Amino acid sequence: MKLDNRKKQRLNIIAVVGFILLVSWAQITWNPFFTRLANVCAIYVIAAVSINLINGYSGQFSLGHAGFMAIGAYASALLYMSPELKEVNYFITPIIWPLSVIQIPFFPAWIIGGLVAALAGFIIGIPCLRVRGDYLAIVTYGFSEIIRFLICNFQSITNGPLGFKGVPQYTNLWWSWGFALFTVIFIKRLIDSSYGRALRAISGDEVSAEAMGINLFKHKMLAFVLGAFFAGIAGALLPSLLMAIDPYYFQIILTYQFIAIIIMGGLGNITGSVIVGSAFAISLELLRVLETPHVLFTLSIPGIPGMRMLVISILILAVILFRHRGLFGQEISWEWLFSLFSRFSQKLRFRHK
Amino acid sequence: MSLLKIDHITKQFGGLTAVSDFYLELEKGELVGLIGPNGAGKTTIFNMINGTYPPTKGKIYFDNKDITQNKPDKIAALGVSRTFQNIRLYPESSVVDNVKVGYHLRVKSSFWGAVFHFPNYVKEENYISQDADSLLSAIGLLKKKGELAGGLPYGDQRRLEICRALATRPKLLLLDEPAAGMNPRETVELMSFIQKIRRQFDLTILLIEHDMKVIMGICERILVLDYGKTIAEGTPGKIQHNPKVIEAYLGTEVSYA
Repeated sequence: MKLDNRKKQRLNIIAVVGFILLVSWAQITWNPFFTRLANVCAIYVIAAVSINLINGYSGQFSLGHAGFMAIGAYASALLYMSPELKEVNYFITPIIWPLSVIQIPFFPAWIIGGLVAALAGFIIGIPCLRVRGDYLAIVTYGFSEIIRFLICNFQSITNGPLGFKGVPQYTNLWWSWGFALFTVIFIKRLIDSSYGRALRAISGDEVSAEAMGINLFKHKMLAFVLGAFFAGIAGALLPSLLMAIDPYYFQIILTYQFIAIIIMGGLGNITGSVIVGSAFAISLELLRVLETPHVLFTLSIPGIPGMRMLVISILILAVILFRHRGLFGQEISWEWLFSLFSRFSQKLRFRHK
Repeated sequence: MSLLKIDHITKQFGGLTAVSDFYLELEKGELVGLIGPNGAGKTTIFNMINGTYPPTKGKIYFDNKDITQNKPDKIAALGVSRTFQNIRLYPESSVVDNVKVGYHLRVKSSFWGAVFHFPNYVKEENYISQDADSLLSAIGLLKKKGELAGGLPYGDQRRLEICRALATRPKLLLLDEPAAGMNPRETVELMSFIQKIRRQFDLTILLIEHDMKVIMGICERILVLDYGKTIAEGTPGKIQHNPKVIEAYLGTEVSYA
């Protein structure tokens, strides 16, 4: 089924309006547990879609996402926390001067968090993007850990391992899902454009992409910086959602979670990143049961931390074995929805006869 | 005034001299063949022209500009495009997207324009779609434009690679064994196809090929390479009877006493 562009545009607008209404309804009526979970879903979606741009579409295996998120989280929190709150938090080593008095509203602080992460992406991209494949993974992993150690050790700036507590809760569903929507639209449009074709060409074959006139470094850098920006945005939502943040949150395991999401959802598949990203955040919460102590019949099972990750790794293995292109074969589009609908209604008609 | 001047280039990989003291001048509009036994250094010459690696010694001039140390993407922007001996398409992309990649080097809009659909970008994108379709119809692949490039038959993949190279609007086209793996009928079609695009796009072509029917049929001038050295140069008729060439391909006759 073919749809013309105007009809599609109208459907898109209807979908966006419906989405906004849904988010508003959720924000107003859901209880705090569910809104918090939905916020975490949005953060996972932003992070997964943006790591998919680097790892899936451009084929650069980067493990730096947790580092970028940490930069975004700290940079924004330092800007929007009030001077009094900072004084309370920094009780061991006082905070250095300009940061101790600065306070700006949440929204600009949030965006600046993303921009600082993008700047970090640019700076570390210069040396990192000269290597490829496994080496890039190692270098970016190293970067991510270095960031974490810097945060731990620059106590007068980041408050070290203590982190921040009592961060004001600005994150709500409008911000988080609004930006998730923006991320999806932005990256979808980017990969459908000429620049997206260039990125996919690089992931397909670097040698011939370069011979066709594509500047490898410039385009890899584009994907890397954009990925870092969205990661910073996702990270900046965290402290003001969890009301507390410390460097241990940004360990490599966080990056692995996003890698797991894009493997399960399919490399270079936005639909997969969005749906699996949300499902992943929800299942992390549901699987918490596994880590609490239980009495099964007469057998008493102690709560073993890390059991959730075991389940998730089994799921990844299953996906790699049976559906190595990811759970979602194709992107959800209006055409796909309509053809699904018409097939379904045909089936119903047969049954009535 | 020559379009391409390769001024005595040498390429050494460690102790191995792949190409030694190679000289070639290509006039605008020429179709020159480059032949030689396997491992003679033909593809290495292509890789040096296109900037994949710089020569150890010597200079390469294109349009009177020194391009010896330039990167492949710069050289492509100047007007040199190529195909590969082992096909290097983007198998996971559609046929038409493969061709569209060739247009990217001439896209002027920034990526902001591309993401937010600024009018200039939309204009460029429309032009790319139309022009890619007309290129595909010229090589007879328009019907398959939505298919994945990796799923095409071998001959079609070869032609698609040429089509992608043409999308960059080259002045000089380097074809690395375009007829490899084609059946005789496809080969004949390819020969007329090369003649056609040469006229249509005003191309200068340098061709590596093992199929002598192609080389003898369409090239005006042939260079024979063996162990990195040029051993003969001339028209197809002359080359066929050159004793050195026969020796390189078939070996010397041993005289039994």
